[in-house]
Amino acid sequence: MSELLKVTHLHKEFGANVVLKDINLSVKKGEVVVIIGPSGCGKSTFLRCLNGLEDIQGGVITVDGLPVEAGKRDITKLRQKIGMVFQSYELFPHKTVLENCILAPTKVQKRTREDAIKEALELLDKVGLVDKKDYYPRQLSGGQKQRVAIVRALLMHPEVILFDEVTAALDPEMVHEVLETMIALAKAGSTMLIVTHEMDFAKAIADRIIFLDKGDIVEETTEVKDFFAEPKTDRAKKFLKTFTYD
Amino acid sequence: MASLGIDVLFKGTNFLRLLQGLWVSIEISLIAVVLSIVLGLLVGMLMTVENKLLKVILKIYLETVRIMPQMVLLFIVYFGTTRVFGWDMSAESSAIFVFTFWGTAEMGDLVRGSIKSIPNIQFESAFALGMDKIQTYLYIILPQTVRRLIPLSINLITRMIKTTSLVMMIGIVEVLKVAQQIIEANRKVSPNAAFGVFAVVFLLYFLVCWPISRLSVYLEKRWA
Repeated sequence: MSELLKVTHLHKEFGANVVLKDINLSVKKGEVVVIIGPSGCGKSTFLRCLNGLEDIQGGVITVDGLPVEAGKRDITKLRQKIGMVFQSYELFPHKTVLENCILAPTKVQKRTREDAIKEALELLDKVGLVDKKDYYPRQLSGGQKQRVAIVRALLMHPEVILFDEVTAALDPEMVHEVLETMIALAKAGSTMLIVTHEMDFAKAIADRIIFLDKGDIVEETTEVKDFFAEPKTDRAKKFLKTFTYD
Repeated sequence: MASLGIDVLFKGTNFLRLLQGLWVSIEISLIAVVLSIVLGLLVGMLMTVENKLLKVILKIYLETVRIMPQMVLLFIVYFGTTRVFGWDMSAESSAIFVFTFWGTAEMGDLVRGSIKSIPNIQFESAFALGMDKIQTYLYIILPQTVRRLIPLSINLITRMIKTTSLVMMIGIVEVLKVAQQIIEANRKVSPNAAFGVFAVVFLLYFLVCWPISRLSVYLEKRWA
């Protein structure tokens, strides 16, 4: 399988605060990579670097062989290849569900309105929200908003989708519906990078687990079940222990 | 009870003249308000640009407008510029210029505040979809800014309408000036006219400003 996303020697700092040091990662097409780690370890910042929302102080990120450089003019072209779903959904509050979905495809990719609407309705139907197409975001629950946000990202036909703690702001009973949607995407062969605190979900969906701590990849493995049963490093052990009560 | 002096308005074309005067006020404020909104959006966006020089210039502009009484500004533009720069501006153009100069600065500041109040992640969400800066402003930020702007700008717009009463100082015959003329002309026959006529002027201003403030309540509810 071909390499879709490649990160070499990524270095990111905010002033004197080094957030990511020498990160190397290569993601193949169709792979689902789950990034876990304690809060403040740099997971979200890492995702934000990947589509140029953060500038980087060293290293190279390429998507499809093209370098990601924040602030460059053609970053908008690259971002179309990289979908992103945020923790706080970030739907556009002044637009309906359908308008949220078709805005970028029609304005950025210059697809016809009919074409975009047709696909949007199909995808909304898949996530069970086609009857909400004319609702405004404020009329939806958190879980519904997040599923719309996923559909909105999918409509751009991204080659890889970044999920930044997409269930962290949701009530427990809504977490499930969003995770189901993501598992369906993974099964359909989407390339995904997921930052999450849902360990059972990570276990179920991941082809590869990356454990990040203090801006460093501490453990990386494709033996997902083994990782959760018996992590190799002490830091990962300690981290996983915080999710159990005994 | 003494006469309220409203009767003079029914003599001859007095009431019609008063309405014509009102139209002059409305015309000046309407043109100035529309120009201020358009230019204010532009200035407001410039105010959010991270550029020291631009910031200082716009700050001086805003503070000048805030500190200087509108009447002084009217006098400078109408009487002052004619001799010094040789500009032959009509009183109406001078008034529109001054009111737009004022409105743009204040509207700009309101726009700046509204843009700043939109969470940064809305920009990022648009960028993540591949939109460039212009598309992001056009489709995402400005529509939300305008919605937040309505209640704030209504206050400014009604203030601008009310302040047009100053333009009679540079010889424009607007509603208040007409009212004065009517009162002066009827001083002997109807000495109480000052009360009645000015009360009607008061009512006319209310009738102009009230629908605007109702409109803002309506839009606020619709866009909430």
